[in-house]
Amino acid sequence: MSVPLPVFIAIPLVSAFLLPIFGKKGKAIATVLANLATVSLLVLAVLSIGQSRVYEIGKWSIPLGINLVLDGLSSLLLLAISVVSAAAMLFSARYMEQYTAKAKYLSLFLLMVAGMNGVVLSGDIFNLFVFLEIASIASYALVGFGCEHEELEASFKYMVLGSIASIFILFGIALVYGNTGTLNMAYISKAIQSMSLSEANGSGLNAGLMFALALFIVGFGLKAALVPFHAWLPDAHPSAPAPISAMLSGILIKTLGIYALCRVVFNIFGISVSIGWLLVVLGILSMVAGAFLAIGQWDLKRLMAYSSISQIGYVVLGIGLGGLIIAKGGNLAWASLAILGGLFHLVNHAVYKSLLFLTSGSVQMATGTRQLREMGGLAEKLPVTRATCTIASASIVGIPPFSGFWSKLILVVAAIQAHFYWVAAIIVFVSLCTLIMYLKVQRYVFLGELPENLQQVKENKGTMLVAMIFLACLCVLMGLLLLVPSLKQSILDPAVKVLTDGLLYSANIIGK
Amino acid sequence: MPYALCFLLFMIGLYCAVVKKNMVKIVIGIMVMEYAVNLFLIMLGYRTGGEAPIIDKGHLESASTFAKFVSSAVDPLPQALVLTAIVISLGSLALMISICIRTYEKYGTFDITEIRRLRG
Repeated sequence: MSVPLPVFIAIPLVSAFLLPIFGKKGKAIATVLANLATVSLLVLAVLSIGQSRVYEIGKWSIPLGINLVLDGLSSLLLLAISVVSAAAMLFSARYMEQYTAKAKYLSLFLLMVAGMNGVVLSGDIFNLFVFLEIASIASYALVGFGCEHEELEASFKYMVLGSIASIFILFGIALVYGNTGTLNMAYISKAIQSMSLSEANGSGLNAGLMFALALFIVGFGLKAALVPFHAWLPDAHPSAPAPISAMLSGILIKTLGIYALCRVVFNIFGISVSIGWLLVVLGILSMVAGAFLAIGQWDLKRLMAYSSISQIGYVVLGIGLGGLIIAKGGNLAWASLAILGGLFHLVNHAVYKSLLFLTSGSVQMATGTRQLREMGGLAEKLPVTRATCTIASASIVGIPPFSGFWSKLILVVAAIQAHFYWVAAIIVFVSLCTLIMYLKVQRYVFLGELPENLQQVKENKGTMLVAMIFLACLCVLMGLLLLVPSLKQSILDPAVKVLTDGLLYSANIIGK
Repeated sequence: MPYALCFLLFMIGLYCAVVKKNMVKIVIGIMVMEYAVNLFLIMLGYRTGGEAPIIDKGHLESASTFAKFVSSAVDPLPQALVLTAIVISLGSLALMISICIRTYEKYGTFDITEIRRLRG
């Protein structure tokens, strides 16, 4: 069944504007409606797996009009967005009762989802910017939703860096438009290819386009919180309400950062050896620095936020390694294996990191604190939270049947096959650091002695548990995505092919 | 030359946003950057002595008048982009300023060196 593409943007956008009408009295109706919206998005995303097509808005053919493009990479990201947002929305149905203005929260949440869906579907680079801003502005507001000291400070910091990133991206878009005369991504790519054919030295980017590429890398790198640009993330993610932390860490940095970066670098400009190395170095820096900083944290959510930086490093490393092998003209099989590892890790991380943040929210709601030193012995008091948190920790560390193991295994195999032995060593080493990090969480939160003041703690009920168990089941089953050939061929392989094909993107779009 | 000045404006904004300690000044710096980019977009489509890109009957009379129109009309696309970008920056400006006000209510200062509860 083919789902019309604008529906993915229209459903969350329309419901986002409808929800505030219900106000304080209709809180229950608003919650149900918002959940309906995210669940229907999940169903639509599942239905559109394995399809690829172009939708022209208002029947204006490209390059005159704006197009929406669904291809393998987009549908992978759509699936991840809708899974995480459905779980987080279900969780917030109960969790957000402690805040006022729940309808406004739900509306901002759906705006963010609409922005992210728009980013992954857009085939027009300026439209991508507009949707990126919708998602970012909603997320700035959501980080500061509590309106307490820390939240406002984190939100301001995030907003300043996020706005600078957006301005860099806009500047890059202006430069690209000045050099190629079009905003459609397929046509930009075509123009850049014909420019590089006409130039003698073959590396066809002129100074303006090189500068634009640098601006894009800095801008999207800031949005993705890669290591030299990561300063905002450890403040912003812990300060948000738990379901929003799950959305931000689980999927927002990937959609606005990694996805957009891949699209620009692989499909528009074309990967080169230097850019491949740059991505590999950024990835390794993020992995190592994020892991080291995380081990020293005593705030539960802050620890998880640093570990997000480290895990994002894995994704960028995998994709960069694949790009590097392609650019060097190496074996395409290993290149696609590395990219497969990166993208699979992206999806896995979306699931288990959002689950970890949801469990941290559950712990915080039950105990009223996020400090590891003030907790302990909660294993008996919060059995479900404990079980789901252990599953998520096992996944992030990479213990065999769970999801994280498979993606890390693929990354290591790809690195060894491509003779990057030191990269494989670093991947394994950072896994060990991750193990220490999450043993610390298990030890201080769930084991040890129960403090006096936490004797009365009770497990949370209702939708919060449903959301956590849903994600935990996914964590266990995600390995099947790789092991069952039909699932792999319909979900992961098309996404990898989009990146390995690189500049063929423009021919695919224009040809249709 | 105008491009260099525009870039200078961008760098002034960036300097202001990165170096200043006052929250409101940081917001002003970000907005200066935003305006520099908008100015750059407008200049991309500008033509000295150009005309408005609206076709009327006179332009369609013969191939030569149409070619003259095409070569003298201003590029309308950057103007549409700038309108969109201005609306977006208005939204984020409103949010930034409101967060500044809320922060001032909580901390009683705009100085970011004194607003430091988050560390690491």
